[in-house]
Amino acid sequence: MNGSDTAVRIDIGSAPADPKAPSRSWRLSGDFLFHAAAVVATLLAAGALFATVAAITADSWLSIKTFGVWHFITSSAWNPVTQTFGAFPFIIGTLVSSTIAMILAVPVSFGTAVFISEIAPYWMRRPIAGAVELLAAIPSIVYGLWGLIVFAPIFAQVEPWISNTFGAIPGIGLLFQGPPMGIGMLTAGIVLAVMILPYISSIMRDVFLAVPSSLRESAYALGSTPWEVAWNIMLPYTRSAVIGGMFLGLGRALGETMAVTFVIGNSNMISSSLLMPGATIPSVLANEFTEATTPLYISSLIYLGLILIAVTLVVRLLAVLLIRRLGSREGASI
Amino acid sequence: MLCSVVAYAATSVTGAGSTWVYPLVAKWSSAYKAKTGIQINYQSIGSGGGIAQIKAGTVAFGASDMPLKPEALKAAGLIQFPTAVAGEDLVYNLPGIKPLQLVLSGPVVADIYFGKIKKWNDSAIAKLNPGLKLPNMNITVVHRSDGSGTTFTFCNYLSKVSPEWKEKVGANTSVSWPTGVGGKGNEGVASYVQRIPGSIGYVEYAYILESHLADARMINRDGKAVAPSLTGFQDAAAHVDFTKAQDFYVILTDHKGPDTWPISGCTWQILRKNASKDQNQQVMKFFLWGFEYGQQQARSIGFGPLPPSTVAAIQTYWKNELGYGE
Repeated sequence: MNGSDTAVRIDIGSAPADPKAPSRSWRLSGDFLFHAAAVVATLLAAGALFATVAAITADSWLSIKTFGVWHFITSSAWNPVTQTFGAFPFIIGTLVSSTIAMILAVPVSFGTAVFISEIAPYWMRRPIAGAVELLAAIPSIVYGLWGLIVFAPIFAQVEPWISNTFGAIPGIGLLFQGPPMGIGMLTAGIVLAVMILPYISSIMRDVFLAVPSSLRESAYALGSTPWEVAWNIMLPYTRSAVIGGMFLGLGRALGETMAVTFVIGNSNMISSSLLMPGATIPSVLANEFTEATTPLYISSLIYLGLILIAVTLVVRLLAVLLIRRLGSREGASI
Repeated sequence: MLCSVVAYAATSVTGAGSTWVYPLVAKWSSAYKAKTGIQINYQSIGSGGGIAQIKAGTVAFGASDMPLKPEALKAAGLIQFPTAVAGEDLVYNLPGIKPLQLVLSGPVVADIYFGKIKKWNDSAIAKLNPGLKLPNMNITVVHRSDGSGTTFTFCNYLSKVSPEWKEKVGANTSVSWPTGVGGKGNEGVASYVQRIPGSIGYVEYAYILESHLADARMINRDGKAVAPSLTGFQDAAAHVDFTKAQDFYVILTDHKGPDTWPISGCTWQILRKNASKDQNQQVMKFFLWGFEYGQQQARSIGFGPLPPSTVAAIQTYWKNELGYGE
């Protein structure tokens, strides 16, 4: 890394030799403008976030005052008739559906990325990479309708097999009980997995391709199989970027609205089974915002949005901490 | 430039609210435009949004499936009147049982939606359906997941026939359901019911006309098993004395009459008292035209026109509340 940095600096240093180079004062003012533009752009982006958080906090203040923070997060009551609100089932639903999506999407993304960067013949790489990335261009409402109309009926045929096979296992069997409806937490997780797959796999593929060929070829020369190269050479080399890509996908899964609303079944009750319906924070917002009439109801919905931002923030922090820990370990080992 | 703005303002009226009444307003407004050249823009953003928009004065009329209480209207300087009557059906997915073969009653539906009646061959259902072979099948309850006037009307009915429902669940555009799965919109509920054998759900009657779902007959307040029909909804409206109710604050569920459909509903249009006379009259003219000339169109999409006595009561109400009428 350091070597290439120096090389770039030398290039810049040799630039004034060009007689047509702009004068130093122009360069200074141009430089100043560039600096100023960069600062303004950053302030705008950061300012938008802070302004959003401030506005959401202000609008949810009524609910924060009424229910408090801890009580709102841990209470399962969500009753617009009695005007009592609690976020617990939705926080759980958001985390569970996203976790399922990650469990399914990460290995598949890894396989896709390894196939494209290592195994596939050259002529096949671009079309496959393009096809996977196209998944990201499909609007989420289409995923929702596809999930409801196409996937759910098929999945309903598979669910009896799932509950018969896994339902009998003590412990995790509880996760696979219930009538085969084709919709529910597991369906939502699977649809989400398809949606976040292109994000994770394209980042993995890009960073795998960036692994120096000297490393890769050395490993092959020593007799490694493609699996050993991928698992022992490429993955450790690109670990922080891969984790970054995974959390990008997770962030998307946490905030997904329409697709989840269609297939999750929208029940405010927490169920131990993944085959049963649930709800996430974004799905409740999508469902109930239009018809929320009282100030406390609207305020509580906005409060849910604030909690979603907090959940995403915590997840990001965890990602940063994880990358830092792995980074320091890598540094120590090299 | 100014002229064109004024001309535009004179020939266009904007409203927003209920998604339930949207097909009706859309149908009426296109015919009205052809007749008078006046454009009615209606945005189906939901009843809650409609109420908020009319309070803020950004639209000329708001539409809500849940009437505002007279006190609330007074406090906000609003008036409201009914538009048309409609109804809701209970739909089911039961192999071998044809549309309108199944008979249900209010208390039984309440117990199903409480999760107390779990099987289709439960004695409570069997008692209502002598001679019908009910399967030994689990009942899956389907409800609306999005806030909706349909949910309000349905739960209002259940609250009237089941004291326990009134106490534990109540009625609103969204409620805390004791059991079941939630589908988004009529199409969401319909597709869940089509998908899940043994399921039951409630959808707007207008939606039944389009889909091929089996719907149930209901025991009404007079104790008769009736099939959902436009005349059944209109009978509900006819047995309600709109003229006596302040600000037309009457819910049409569970009323008397031999043919009355018990889960009938209505959509209310809301106006601001201090809006310009011209603007309010534009809105009033449009709905009056719909009451008179839009009846056939209303029927074709599953809405029952208001009886003439109710229309007359609305006209009197306008005069009394605003000091001018149409």
